[in-house]
Amino acid sequence: MSSNKKEFPRALEDEAIYILREAAAQFERPAILFSGGKDSITLVRLAQKAFYPGKIPFPLLHVDTAHNFPETIEFRDWLVAKTGVDLVVGYVQDDIDAKRVAEEKGKFASRNTLQTVTLLRMIEEQKFDACIGGARRDEEKARAKERIFSVRDEFGQWDAKNQRPELFEFLNGRIKPGENVRVFPISNWTELDVWNYIKEEELDIPSIYFTHERDVIIRDGVLWPISDFIYRDADEEIIKKKVRFRTVGDMSCTAALASEADTLETIIDEIISATLSERGTRLDDKRAEAAMEIRKVSGYF
Amino acid sequence: MEVLRIATAGSVDDGKSTLIGRLLYETNSITTDRLEAIHKASQRKGIDFVDLSLLTDGLIAEREQGITIDVAHIYFQTPKRKFIIADSPGHVEYTRNMITGASHAEVSVILVDARLGILDQTHRHYYIAHLLRIPNVIVCVNKMDLIGYEEEKFRAIEKQFTEFANQIKAADQRIQFIPISSLYGENITKRSEKINWYKGHALLEVLESLDASPKESTAKSRFPVQYIIRPRTEEFHDFRGYAGRVASGRFVEGDSVTILPSMRTSTIDKIYQYNQVIAQADTRQSVVITLKDDVDVSRGDMIVKTGEEPEQKKELDADICWLNNEPMKGTKTYLMQTGTSLTKAKIASVEYVKIPSTLEQLPATALKMNEIARVKIKTAKGIASDAYKENPSNGSFILIDEYSNNTVAVGFLN
Repeated sequence: MSSNKKEFPRALEDEAIYILREAAAQFERPAILFSGGKDSITLVRLAQKAFYPGKIPFPLLHVDTAHNFPETIEFRDWLVAKTGVDLVVGYVQDDIDAKRVAEEKGKFASRNTLQTVTLLRMIEEQKFDACIGGARRDEEKARAKERIFSVRDEFGQWDAKNQRPELFEFLNGRIKPGENVRVFPISNWTELDVWNYIKEEELDIPSIYFTHERDVIIRDGVLWPISDFIYRDADEEIIKKKVRFRTVGDMSCTAALASEADTLETIIDEIISATLSERGTRLDDKRAEAAMEIRKVSGYF
Repeated sequence: MEVLRIATAGSVDDGKSTLIGRLLYETNSITTDRLEAIHKASQRKGIDFVDLSLLTDGLIAEREQGITIDVAHIYFQTPKRKFIIADSPGHVEYTRNMITGASHAEVSVILVDARLGILDQTHRHYYIAHLLRIPNVIVCVNKMDLIGYEEEKFRAIEKQFTEFANQIKAADQRIQFIPISSLYGENITKRSEKINWYKGHALLEVLESLDASPKESTAKSRFPVQYIIRPRTEEFHDFRGYAGRVASGRFVEGDSVTILPSMRTSTIDKIYQYNQVIAQADTRQSVVITLKDDVDVSRGDMIVKTGEEPEQKKELDADICWLNNEPMKGTKTYLMQTGTSLTKAKIASVEYVKIPSTLEQLPATALKMNEIARVKIKTAKGIASDAYKENPSNGSFILIDEYSNNTVAVGFLN
């Protein structure tokens, strides 16, 4: 038995692989939701393991808001080339141009909520009956209530009060035409588990997870990366700081963390001693107490 | 690092949320922004203490009504182990949620309010721990501070609980009692100085040292096939691998195996874990098995060790819990899933409905949501199962409604 917070519990890998194989067996056309973040990178690794020596039997689906960190897109394309997995991209801009959604305005504008519409459109266009996501129950209180196979109706909606019971290892993915299932293989992993796994598996991750110098503004005590996608008041001063990102979302809603962590080892030390939760740097969750639940109900993953 | 899964159940007032909050707080598992958020939410609700139940009641409806509706999953870690708590509501109308939460657990933590003693709810919680054969039960007698940390009251509760449990308890189940005060942190993460007559360990110490090895690891070897891997690449042209998770027992390279239901036999050629060939696969490991012979194997089949084949039966005795709003209909056909195998099934008869809090057995013909009953089941295909008490992973099943696709019942084979 180990006595170390820095060791990855291998039982979680066996469980995740089991879930991925259930998804492959039960659905006609599943896809992995890929954001370029550490959780979806972990999913790709698990899928490689689950189907070896076969190839990963589903494509990656990236919902592109065009507000990405350039490092993430670079990484995505590198990973796709390296693993030979198929990539399908849905562009939020297409939905804006087609006037299916309208861009938010003002200081806190973000394309985060618009993603849902693009995701649902891609599900319909590509006939995906299951979307495999890297969401974890420890991230957020509404996600703590999520099933591993989460059934969504034709409109992508999550019926939190009426979820299908999940007992023992049984994952019931039977659905009617038009419905789809969100599959969460790393539901029971914590942020620390993901980092320990990345370290033990020697996985590559985008450079923005490590410390680097960046132009930021400080707003309400939070460090915002300067980009074309963030509104800045004239009196908000741009400063250079050593930062890294703890999660990778849109540039418009992901705050940076002052950090010197330049290796996986130091990132893990930082997380073990952190006093701020992972999603504490996500503006999208801070909009309301139930922000995540509200987004999930309308089709977000 | 090992993972220990804990089931807790309880109602608003028995201090369960405070207990979980304590465990998280004292193991440094809550970050300051989460604490602050709860603090703010508590103030909005007009209460003057930090309501730790807001940590676990994650849905809008739960916070509105101040009740737990669904199972919440809570994670914390100490240098010894990773813990997953499945926290479920405790009232009779949530029996199905309790069973759902408990179905993954190696430990059941039952809370008793020291002032109120053993209640119907206590019996129900224990009955579920018994039904699911959870190997470890920890009874936390909480709010000891409100009875002056008195030993006599604690012993009386211990005795009363034991008397109830002894009517049904399986020989291999271990029950322990701990006097605690979750409000003041007595006997939660470290031994209480106030309760010096108690010579046992604090709750966390017990959780850290419990034997977490699953019963399945010593049961007969079962490998339900999930998925067939056929790469058809140049390098692996004729590769045909059977992907799955070892449900019980252990498989070793060279083992003689039988495929169910066909009863064909072969030998294990190799066991793969990703790109590594491993000599053996233990319970709960996800692997790919290849066989020496070209036999027909598909999803839903089960690979077992030759000589350890289960009998394939079409008439089964089981305890079930009905999970769905729509009551059970005796004339209706359901889909029954055991392992990865599905077959049509009918409930031929209901022997009795069990009242968990009193252990009474009442005659019944139909079943409503949350009811637990002994039934006889008829299936279209033979079921290659074991008795739940010997091998939970190959003795449990679910029933699915073919029309709504819902999971409507969970069962335990006798």
